[in-house]
Amino acid sequence: GEGAMAYTLREPPYALDALEPHMSKSTMEFHWGKHHQTYVNNINTATEGKPEADLSVEDLMLKAWKEGAGGLFNNAGQVWNHDFFWEGMKPNGGGQPSGKLMDRIVASFGSFDEFCAKFKAAGAPGPAFGSGWIWLVENGGALEIQFTSNAENPLASGTGKPLLTYDVWEHAYYLDHQNLRPRYINVFMEHLVDWDKVAERLGAISSL
Amino acid sequence: WFADSKHHQAYVNGLNAALAQQAAAMEAGDVEALVKLQPAIKFNGGGHVNHTIFWSNLCPEKDWEPPQGDLAAKIDATFGSLEALQAKLSAQTAAVQGSGWGWLGYDPASGGLVTATTANQDPLATLGLVPLLGIDVWEHAYYLQYKNVRPDYLKNVWRVVNWRNVAERLAAAQ
Repeated sequence: GEGAMAYTLREPPYALDALEPHMSKSTMEFHWGKHHQTYVNNINTATEGKPEADLSVEDLMLKAWKEGAGGLFNNAGQVWNHDFFWEGMKPNGGGQPSGKLMDRIVASFGSFDEFCAKFKAAGAPGPAFGSGWIWLVENGGALEIQFTSNAENPLASGTGKPLLTYDVWEHAYYLDHQNLRPRYINVFMEHLVDWDKVAERLGAISSL
Repeated sequence: WFADSKHHQAYVNGLNAALAQQAAAMEAGDVEALVKLQPAIKFNGGGHVNHTIFWSNLCPEKDWEPPQGDLAAKIDATFGSLEALQAKLSAQTAAVQGSGWGWLGYDPASGGLVTATTANQDPLATLGLVPLLGIDVWEHAYYLQYKNVRPDYLKNVWRVVNWRNVAERLAAAQ
């Protein structure tokens, strides 16, 4: 992990109950405290005593992807994906972006409403079948919406630079919403997205 | 199983919708549309097939009986014992990445029993095997009761397996 220490589970930038009532403390305790923790435990086990253990999570994930180390990637990818997911949310989130990010969304999707409709629809079972993630990415000057399965992400597969994600593994929403995935997605968009963070991510990668 | 039945209904609805579109595409001779419909038919049809099998594979714990007759003999011959089969299939199924199913299947080619897993809602038939017993490890199958502890679900699911139904499926397959 970072330096000579084992990988540790990074805390979200808010308390576990801070997203209530939109994402329950119970969900956070299981999703972050158990699922995400297990992925961290697994990469520690896999890299113990090996030079890989000195890599950042991102570099470990990319190395595992490049080398086709599926088992290691499934865990490293999920560590990275979940860090990215928590950091893209905030208490009293939602609303709309502004400035350059909004301009880019309008340029790629026509309007913010059209973007929202597409971003939500992308997560419906059908387009998004089985476990996975929905991404807003920057790709070659345009913004795109992508679905990845299981632990995959656009950074690893090279299909785009991630700006925002939401988790559609059932464990992400089952306690709060049971089978009602569309309701979970609506709540995410209306109450959880941290558009400032997304804008920061865009600023970091975009020189256009 | 309440929540799982809602998922099954969604698969049935999705399958009906896809089949209606398929009928229209066939009538119009639109091959491209037919091809584009295949994923929707596969996962909704697979979801319907798999859950139909699953419901018949289960019984209340009080009605549980061990495998008998030909099924019992084949299980012992192939896996050593019922316990060994359960341990093997539980381990394989626990290792499924993301969503999928564990299966006890019949292999027509060899005339024997095998364990297997499939991803998402892929039916076991896609592996050329006949499904005898399916174990759903989509998280919706166990999350409310077991949360992230899939192995506990797998340990306990054996208590509600209807081995008579499994034996009927084996007899029909042979």
